Amino acid sequence: MLTLLFDGVAYGMLLFVLSLGLAVTMGLMNFINLAHGAFAMAGGYILIVLMQRAGWPFLACLPAAFVLTAVAGALLERTVYRPMYGKPHLDQVLFSIGLTFMAVASVDFLMGSSQQNVQLPDWLRHRFEFGSGALMLGMGAYRLFIVAVCVALALGLQAVLSGTRFGSRLRAAVDDPRVAAGLGIPVNRIFLLTFAMGSGLAGLGGALGADIFGLDPSFPLKFMVYFLIVCAVGGTSSITGPLVAALVLGIADVMGKYYLPKLGAFIVYVLMIAILLWRPQGLFSREGRK
Amino acid sequence: MNTSAKLLAPSRWRGWEVALWVLIWAVPLLFAQHAALVNEIAILALFALSLDLILGYAGIVSLGHAAFFGVGAYGAALFAKHVMPDPLLGLAVGTALGAVLGLLTSPMIVRGTDLTRLMVTMGVALVLLELANKFDGLTGGADGLQGVVMGPLLGQFEFDLGGRVASFYSLAVLFIAFLVLRRIVHSPLGISLQALRDNRLRVMAIGLSVPGRLAAVYTLAAALAGASGALLAQTTGFASLDVFEFHRSADVMLALVIGGAGWLWGGLVGAIAFKVLHDLISSFTAQYWTFWIGLFLVLLMLVGRERLFRPQQWFKRGQP
Repeated sequence: MLTLLFDGVAYGMLLFVLSLGLAVTMGLMNFINLAHGAFAMAGGYILIVLMQRAGWPFLACLPAAFVLTAVAGALLERTVYRPMYGKPHLDQVLFSIGLTFMAVASVDFLMGSSQQNVQLPDWLRHRFEFGSGALMLGMGAYRLFIVAVCVALALGLQAVLSGTRFGSRLRAAVDDPRVAAGLGIPVNRIFLLTFAMGSGLAGLGGALGADIFGLDPSFPLKFMVYFLIVCAVGGTSSITGPLVAALVLGIADVMGKYYLPKLGAFIVYVLMIAILLWRPQGLFSREGRK
Repeated sequence: MNTSAKLLAPSRWRGWEVALWVLIWAVPLLFAQHAALVNEIAILALFALSLDLILGYAGIVSLGHAAFFGVGAYGAALFAKHVMPDPLLGLAVGTALGAVLGLLTSPMIVRGTDLTRLMVTMGVALVLLELANKFDGLTGGADGLQGVVMGPLLGQFEFDLGGRVASFYSLAVLFIAFLVLRRIVHSPLGISLQALRDNRLRVMAIGLSVPGRLAAVYTLAAALAGASGALLAQTTGFASLDVFEFHRSADVMLALVIGGAGWLWGGLVGAIAFKVLHDLISSFTAQYWTFWIGLFLVLLMLVGRERLFRPQQWFKRGQP
């Protein structure tokens, strides 16, 4: 029971890191980026390639996945995303689905369509057990590691957003880009930086989650729904909303798959529809926003 | 030209529209060996037409239109298997099931933003997919529903292996749906829908019921999607979980966008272009055809349809 809860939390934290970039682009640029999963997949494959082919240690691969996907995100933002900002939502959705299709087919071509396995280092394969019976808590070292990394990231991001000059400029740009630009805030550069950060986080999340989610070329399509659920349910105006939504989703998904395996993801979808009908703007949105 | 004449002008049949329909009917007669492809195109066109009604005319973004398609397909297949094999009755059942589901889900699309609508429509399709997977005693689960035998059409024409009867059947349904829709989108209801798409607040202010109109058009589109699903199940004699999958909703959206949303021919042109493109590309790279369709989409969206298909505008300055 507790073990399941812990697994759910780990799963949820991963989803949070993966979706955060999407939440920011959605809230900031009002851009529905369905290609977000492609960045996560890129991070996962960077990890695989560096570890298996170049023999890098696991811990060195994680920052590499972050940096490389962030750079890719920045390049793409500059070249193809920028012209799409003012377009209608439908165009953005189709554009990013197109990008996703291209990413899926390219990875299929380059890496093959089979599922990739991550060779975890030995110190992450332990398992700790506490208590007994129904209250037994079993924690895999790897999941513990994930939770630790994600909590650190969440705290760090919260500090950056609320405490630094960049954070307050970002929040100003989210609330009203035109007024922010009028006050001399370089909105475009903030967009670029934020997009790169979001992509990098997705890459990092993809690298961390490669072992748990399973990594194959259809990854962006399979998990796109989950990322979107997190953003739609959590709202895009704060960092807390997506965090809570991701945790709820993670726990509901793990529990649901354990107790009612035949129903699969049914519970998650019904829950999402119910929440969205109840609060169409997401659980934690501020009232009165567009 | 005064305003009412301007509104009425597009409702008149043009010469090229009649000519195109004659051409479309001639295709299965002249190229009998491609009848199966014609059938597929007609089904996709009907599906795209129904999406056009809600996307192009009412402005509702939906990524879960496959829900109605799938319900129609399973409804028709189960009806043929357990009740009676007559195709027309099965088609009516599939259409009715689609309409009922559309009516039930229409309150969900009235509220919220584009993102919410996107998620809710997608969620409905996914829930149905999971349900169809769960009740595998009824639907056959992942193996698909097998053993669907259709009776002869109108009691006379047996469905043949080459798909000639099927292609005429689907084309006839498409033609009737096109005529009906053409009438509807130029009626006061259709015109108020376009007004609603362009400015919802003003439509509310002049005293029209927005939720009522949205529910009506959503139900109608769902019924048509159900009919196209029923056609697919009847002409292939098979229904599987595939009918609810996300790629169905995405494909039909692609077809519609290629053809252009907001005019009825968009669905037809798009379906033809999409299927032909699909056949062409997969004939030389079967596995990676999604790359090319993705590239095409990205270019289409970046450059804009207007400019991509009208090269003479490339060298003009300013907004087209």
